[in-house]
Amino acid sequence: MHRVLHAFVDPFYFRQSLPDIWSGFVLNVHMMVIAEALVLVLALLIAVVRGLPGRGARPLRGLAIVYTDFFRGTPLTIVAFVCILGLPGTGIGFLKNVSSTALGIVALTIVYTAYVTEVYRAGIESVHGSQRMAARSLGLSYGQALRYVVLPQAIRRVIPPLLNDFIGLQKDTAIIGAIGVTEAAAQGTNFANDYFNYTGYFVAAVFFVYLTIPLARFTDHIIRQRELRERAAGT
Amino acid sequence: MSSNGNGRFVAVERVTKRFGELEVLREVTLEVPEHDVVCLIGASGSGKSTLLRCINLLEKVDEGEIVVDGQSLTGAKVDVNALRRKIGIVFQAYNLFPHMTVLQNVTLAPRKARGLSREEAEARARLLLRRIGLEEKANEYPDRLSGGQQQRVAIVRALAMEPKLMLLDEITSALDPQLVAEVLNLVRELASSGMTMIIATHEMQFAREVSDTICFLDGGVIREQGPPDQIFSEPKEPRTREFLARVLAAGRM
Repeated sequence: MHRVLHAFVDPFYFRQSLPDIWSGFVLNVHMMVIAEALVLVLALLIAVVRGLPGRGARPLRGLAIVYTDFFRGTPLTIVAFVCILGLPGTGIGFLKNVSSTALGIVALTIVYTAYVTEVYRAGIESVHGSQRMAARSLGLSYGQALRYVVLPQAIRRVIPPLLNDFIGLQKDTAIIGAIGVTEAAAQGTNFANDYFNYTGYFVAAVFFVYLTIPLARFTDHIIRQRELRERAAGT
Repeated sequence: MSSNGNGRFVAVERVTKRFGELEVLREVTLEVPEHDVVCLIGASGSGKSTLLRCINLLEKVDEGEIVVDGQSLTGAKVDVNALRRKIGIVFQAYNLFPHMTVLQNVTLAPRKARGLSREEAEARARLLLRRIGLEEKANEYPDRLSGGQQQRVAIVRALAMEPKLMLLDEITSALDPQLVAEVLNLVRELASSGMTMIIATHEMQFAREVSDTICFLDGGVIREQGPPDQIFSEPKEPRTREFLARVLAAGRM
């Protein structure tokens, strides 16, 4: 038992590995923040495209469906390999100069956009049709009804599952580390190779957990506040 | 009286609407002069709501023509949004926007669809809310209001677009009995101010009192129409008599 503890959570190595792991973790946060911002926007766009009415929009809807079906089913590892190792290998000029971190962000964005599109779509569909009908009956256009009536209600409802996917994204930044970006988990591996001790991984894990817990509490807080504002107590 | 000169502000001509195999409206013809109030009565499923939705283009008509204020709704190249701005509709379930305050509910369409400034839209909305005695609820969310208050806000939300025609779709059917009066009083006021209205309702006493014409719908056709006194006192059609007898028996008159 002692030996196990020593190998994985040794206080001395904990302090020893802290700076390196931290410098790696900054990269995780960096990738995560950019990818999440991109995912939020792109997924909303695709979800809206997927809900467009009419025959004219059929090709666009089809594209959106193919995209989500394909990338929701493809493991991130494969997409990351293709982006980080494959793209620079194509010999196309500008791709050679793009950093692995940036390509990692691209991979994360591609895969998580597919997940989050479905989350948004579920939210949009959960808003009762009578809301859209009421908005249209007042003379608002399709886009205005979507923008002012449907989406605000839809997004509010999907905040918890959205956060859930973002926790997944945060953790999956470590997969990018396995393909040449020295983020926290990769720093853990370096540390293990140097010191024959795995405490670095534990430190990285602690960082990841520390990042997700406040985010979860923050979301709870937002949801509670909105409910208090919009719902009367006891009526 | 009417703006198109022949006494027909709304003209529904031989309108047929199908949902799949089911004919919900069959060759319905109805004319409403400006400033008149027409009440549609009939059992649930007789086509009252569908007719109202067709007039507001929420449903597409399969056959026939609808003309409002001289403009055909059923022709090609209709500016749906522009037409809807002239026609207000209020629904049974209020359909207020739950994520917006009362004031935001009332000002959204005037601001976004008519292009009023926020200040102007809010000033007008407060005026309307004061008229119905709900000015102090302007910053409340709909969930904090009673059903009757919500329905009055929904009426005001439609009125804020200054429509020339109001369609009311069983607006008291979801309300507790003690809340019905406040909503009907508001509709009475509207009627006496000269608003042209088509009202689907189960409130027979109210229909009799407020309307110029009563239409009895049955199985997607207008079986009988005429002035309220004639329809309620001497209905010609056996189906109308049957329906009114049932309503009477249920104590709804």
